[in-house]
Amino acid sequence: MASGNDFATGFTNVGRTRFWQRGFLATQSAYVLAALIVLIFIMSLLSENFLTAGNISNITRNFSFIAVATLGMTLVIITGGIDLSVGSTMALSATITALVMGGLVAAGFTPFPGATMILAILAGLGTGFAVGLFNGFAIAKLKLAPFVTTLGTLSIVRGLTYVATYGRGAYPSGPDKDFFIAVTAGRLFDLVPVSFLYLLVAAVAMYVALHHTAWGRHVFAIGGNEAAGRLTGVNVDRVKIQVYVLSGLAAAFNGIIISGWLGSAPANLAQAYELTIIAAAVIGGANLAGGVGGAAGAIIGCVLIEVIRNGLVLARVDPYWQQTLVGCIIVAAVLVDRVRSARSG
Amino acid sequence: MALLELKSISKHFGAIQALNSVSFSIAPGEVVGLMGDNGAGKSTLVKIISGIYHPSSGELRYEDKAISIPNPGAARALGIETVHQDLALANNLTATANIFLGRELKHKFGPLRLLRHNAMRARANELFNELKSETRADDLVKDMSGGQRQAVAIARTRLADAKLILMDEPTAAISVRQVAEVLGLIHRLRDAGIAVMLISHRMPDVFTACDRVVVMRRGSKVADKPIADSSPEEVTALITGAKEAA
Repeated sequence: MASGNDFATGFTNVGRTRFWQRGFLATQSAYVLAALIVLIFIMSLLSENFLTAGNISNITRNFSFIAVATLGMTLVIITGGIDLSVGSTMALSATITALVMGGLVAAGFTPFPGATMILAILAGLGTGFAVGLFNGFAIAKLKLAPFVTTLGTLSIVRGLTYVATYGRGAYPSGPDKDFFIAVTAGRLFDLVPVSFLYLLVAAVAMYVALHHTAWGRHVFAIGGNEAAGRLTGVNVDRVKIQVYVLSGLAAAFNGIIISGWLGSAPANLAQAYELTIIAAAVIGGANLAGGVGGAAGAIIGCVLIEVIRNGLVLARVDPYWQQTLVGCIIVAAVLVDRVRSARSG
Repeated sequence: MALLELKSISKHFGAIQALNSVSFSIAPGEVVGLMGDNGAGKSTLVKIISGIYHPSSGELRYEDKAISIPNPGAARALGIETVHQDLALANNLTATANIFLGRELKHKFGPLRLLRHNAMRARANELFNELKSETRADDLVKDMSGGQRQAVAIARTRLADAKLILMDEPTAAISVRQVAEVLGLIHRLRDAGIAVMLISHRMPDVFTACDRVVVMRRGSKVADKPIADSSPEEVTALITGAKEAA
């Protein structure tokens, strides 16, 4: 038998991985970021209005509308799941927020300025929490397939939104209405959308949670090899429920923000947004097979989609090209990743 | 004194009797080979000891106390570590992350518990040095060879002070040189007073590394004897059923 003492020597064929083969630079997110920069450059040539402060502020606001939900979606996707119910959750949460705000005022419950708004937002977030808990419980405990479960909740929750308002939608109202619109759709110094600030906070929190806590490790481990997670004592079911709850909360948060900007919560709010959000997550590097994804990528994906939308409008390109182009980018992004991983073996 | 003692352990899954009143014991520093054909109940037995399955009936005793092992964490708390057959590694994580999965080292930082990346990496490198493996702590498992994966799975068992290490087919997917390494490692574990249960299909591994061999057939123990009193021919006969019991 080999003595083993000479075992550690003689591995001259094992080299160091080069800097571009590891870390952020080796991820799909980095390639998409490079593509985004190129795209921004092209758009700025096509339209002189593209890089104005006002337009950048608009772009920032618009991608912030879906980006928090994309962070939540990315968490779910990292665990190897999917959440199709986010668009509906956005609508129901916005509706509940508006209804609670109106209902409290109608009931004469206004103990202090801002009270109805705070309670209404909590009710809206609670709605997202409940939807997420339902999804997470069904998927983790009842072992239902994430796609089918959340396809079901997509329909259930959208249906509830119509039921709650007889299909007419709801409107934030009462003494706190202006306050509500300021905290959801306001701009700091008339320039920076507050929704973008919320996004930054959420993204930093997600980055820390994913890369610097045991919980984040477990999220990645579940996506990489769920059985291994279970065997090594990771509480797989609990983590799964938590990511769906976070996805529901994030969607609720974005739904409330959008309703503040619109000044209303129509029953068809955020219809089909789940597809845009999944697209943004996937473009940003989240792998639907699980185990890969991150906060930066999610935001890059959202920015890319919004830059295409905004840039094409400014460049007076037929807006019907948007969807086509976004679709091409989805395929191109995964293709580049495929080619790269095939080459590195 | 026995470290772990199984008394009349049975396990059935619905109508299937996977284990039928199996009793045996393992002493500190003893290396026991567990052999048997596919479906003989080896993996079921390992999973009961590592806390994944619960016996339908029978008693487990550990260090002379009756115990139950409700989950893998409880097994590890007792000092029972397992190298699973499929190695149970997350491909998308680094060697370090896999080794510490489920028992990460953390700083307390206000209300947060943040990972101690450097401390974990240093410990992982230390373990790989001990195992004389060229595995690098920061590499992703998906980029590793079979032997390196094996090293990660084994390094995980060395994290805490294990008293009993279960190895389910540790040599099934690795090169000849690495097999020798794993067997050498088993000897070092034994010398350190750690008991090892080696589940293997490979006759030479069991006869090189083990003190005693236990043979299972169709959920029952059919032999339990010192390696010195047996032979590969006899064990083969026991596994296939050509010889009923020994």
